Amino acid sequence: MISALFFMLGIGAVCGIVLSLSSKVFYVYEDPRIALVENNLAAANCGGCGYAGCSSAAEAVVTGLAPPSVCVISGKEGVEEVAKIMGVDVGAAESLLSYNMCEGGNRADDKYYYMGISSCKAMTAAFGGKRVCGVGCLGFGDCVKACQFDAVKLGPNGYPVVDDDKCVGCGACQQACPKDIIKVTTLSEQLMKFNQEQDALAPCAQTCPAEINIPRYINQLREGKYKEAVQTIRMRNPLPLSCGRVCPHPCEDECRRGIEDEAVSINQLKRFVSDFEMNSGSRIPIKCAPDTGKKVAVVGGGPAGLSCAFFLRRIGHQVSIFEAMPKLGGIIRYGIPEYRLPKKVLDWEIQGILDLGIKSFTNVRFGSDFGLGSLMAAGYEAVFLGVGAWEDYSLGIDGEDLNGCFKGIDFLQRFSRGEKIKLGKTAAVVGGGNSAIDCVRTLLRLGLEKVYIVYRRTRNEMPANEVEIVASEEEGVEFVFLAAPTKVVSDDNGNVSQLEYLKMELGEPDASGRRRPVPVEGSETLLDVEMVISAIGQSPDASFKDQDPNKRMTELELTRWNTIDNDPALLQSSIPYIFTGGDSATGPSLVVDAIGGGRRAARSIDLFLKGEPVVPVKNSLQKKRIPESIFTKVDGIKKSPRAKMPEIPVDQRLDSMIEVDLVLPEDAAQKEAERCLNCCRICYNKDTDFPMADVS
Amino acid sequence: MEFFEIFIAGVFINNILLAQFLGNCPFLGTSKKMETAVGMAMAVIFVLVMAGMITWIVDTYLLKALDVEYLRTVSFILVIASLVQFVEMFLKKSIPGLYAGLGIFLPLITTNCAVMGACLLNISKEYSFLSALVSSFSYAVGFGLALILFAGVRERINLARVPKPLQDTSIGLVTAGIIALTFMSFKGMV
Repeated sequence: MISALFFMLGIGAVCGIVLSLSSKVFYVYEDPRIALVENNLAAANCGGCGYAGCSSAAEAVVTGLAPPSVCVISGKEGVEEVAKIMGVDVGAAESLLSYNMCEGGNRADDKYYYMGISSCKAMTAAFGGKRVCGVGCLGFGDCVKACQFDAVKLGPNGYPVVDDDKCVGCGACQQACPKDIIKVTTLSEQLMKFNQEQDALAPCAQTCPAEINIPRYINQLREGKYKEAVQTIRMRNPLPLSCGRVCPHPCEDECRRGIEDEAVSINQLKRFVSDFEMNSGSRIPIKCAPDTGKKVAVVGGGPAGLSCAFFLRRIGHQVSIFEAMPKLGGIIRYGIPEYRLPKKVLDWEIQGILDLGIKSFTNVRFGSDFGLGSLMAAGYEAVFLGVGAWEDYSLGIDGEDLNGCFKGIDFLQRFSRGEKIKLGKTAAVVGGGNSAIDCVRTLLRLGLEKVYIVYRRTRNEMPANEVEIVASEEEGVEFVFLAAPTKVVSDDNGNVSQLEYLKMELGEPDASGRRRPVPVEGSETLLDVEMVISAIGQSPDASFKDQDPNKRMTELELTRWNTIDNDPALLQSSIPYIFTGGDSATGPSLVVDAIGGGRRAARSIDLFLKGEPVVPVKNSLQKKRIPESIFTKVDGIKKSPRAKMPEIPVDQRLDSMIEVDLVLPEDAAQKEAERCLNCCRICYNKDTDFPMADVS
Repeated sequence: MEFFEIFIAGVFINNILLAQFLGNCPFLGTSKKMETAVGMAMAVIFVLVMAGMITWIVDTYLLKALDVEYLRTVSFILVIASLVQFVEMFLKKSIPGLYAGLGIFLPLITTNCAVMGACLLNISKEYSFLSALVSSFSYAVGFGLALILFAGVRERINLARVPKPLQDTSIGLVTAGIIALTFMSFKGMV
């Protein structure tokens, strides 16, 4: 017994001595921080982070290969501890979340009956998938099996639904998905995502210049998740209240229901959810990425500038807006009349954007009050020039400077700012665009007796929104079509008394596809009016270029339309750190174009600030369509009438500037949302399983 | 010829995993992916050969000499554990490349039952030093062979439609049983 004890003591001592000696001889210098970091990881050795165990993850953190947030289990505190040990800002790493692109699920038709093993991966390897849709979800749930945190589930519609609270962003689902449907992305990546050819996109979402995920928000509306719907819109559009009122909704032209039936009233649904937020009394919090510490100057507080500032702020940059007018909003404040977009609504919306921590300076004009030099000196690393298009074209006819002659945007803007303008009793507005309609409808509200629209083509060619034309007809505007003004005639006091125009007839179609008006010789006609407003389009005012004393400014190239020369895919100007968007980049265009442009510029600015090459989005879908998603015929549609927009009766409209268009009531909005086919790239929900047979 | 027989017996007939049923825990734990299975197999070969040698020396020159053979198991545990620790330190310092490949598996098999079992079997069969060396190597190769075969099978099972109650470890054990049955056919070869 004693001998056994001595033997074990001896052998133990030998082992101990050998090990302690060898630890002196064979020690490897290890960063002491590795052990510290490892203590703050979850110690579960789960491998969720992609490293073999916690110690290798800790090593990766210390060597800089992994961010402090590497551990998928440890919470915020753990991450902060690790960041403290490493002496870095926690903010540097943004949390990842799983995001599912395809909402098609089982709706896409099967190409064939499949009896193989139930795995998306196997199916893709063997046959490239069984669905007719080339990009869509196969619905076998490889992602669900891959998720160790129970965050991914197959939803009732057959596609994966991610529980954001449980998701840790480990990326296992993305690796398991053979179709690139489920992706692990940061908020910034989601905000800066642009439509690509391979995406699962409905026709409406492809068409929207701001690239809003329309089917998703309509679906959320249908489920009663109004807040989520607003959040979906805000991923792409910071101005849903304004857009919901003034957008001419090009998306509805591509609506699949519209092929067989009336299109879904998408814009009214947008307005419904955004009005719901405003009227609910509380703002839905808007998530922003951690601060990056970079500063960007946004010149121009119009829709493009606001959009660019909003997205730059949301991805973590510091933004200041500089605006020449007394208030932010640009053309949507000063060019769009109160009865279409009440200032109260606009103020509420802009305040929400500024609340993200965006500084704004108003009454400062770029070029004269401050310049490129002062922005650079103040530490701004990039500049967004969104100065809009505010300079009205002139008619180029005699008598255009008589008393009582005005220019469209100038008139609207002066009126909006509260300037007292001497009005007549009758007026002619020249032009067929939205500004012309805004002018006539404003004039009617100011108490004019007779207001004409003088347009050189016919109603069919008018570029204004159809609803606007109809509204102005209802309100009693008189249209003079096929008329080209030739002279403004004055009375003895130098005031406008008549407008002379030449009658036209339509000839061959021109480059824009509209039939070119041809003057009829000797058809001069006189129209008795006391005011003439020309609203025939605008161009940007580029006077800042000459006013700015900074020499660098001479390198800024302009086009012959006075817009800032840029690459439309990048919106970068000829000076690398100056970006542009909105009307100053494209010439007069839609609000929603400016919003999309602002976001696109934000992406380029972000790349520029990070020092990465500023290159266009690969396979970008900008202004293109996915051919296979555009149908000519849609089966399974039961016709149902489109929700009618509630409006104030005509006889009550003209006494004040009160808003004319009203928001849909909740039940009507729900009903309208039901009409949405919830389309994806090629699949959609049919109203009926059987194509309607010809009963006769 | 004797070494060859020992080798064949160790790899196939007395396969440590599928005939002796030792080391089932790493067999199920590290066989989900081919990559880990290969790493584990290499680590076992490395450790088992070292352990086979050191335990033979300890047994012959200490235990038998001092007549304390009843302390075999407990002293083997101590010796093998220290050896693995030592080897780990040595590799980390001198051969970092090998350490990077085997590093994470080494602590896992510190006195693993397969390692321990093989060493005890060597002693009980009264092998010479060289025979013990060959025998340890062959057991380790057998371990690797079975593990890699099994990992291949399990990777396929992952793609198949397995009934809920049988998923994962249960189907793994059933499969292991069937593979063990096939290994029975080697019985009586030597």
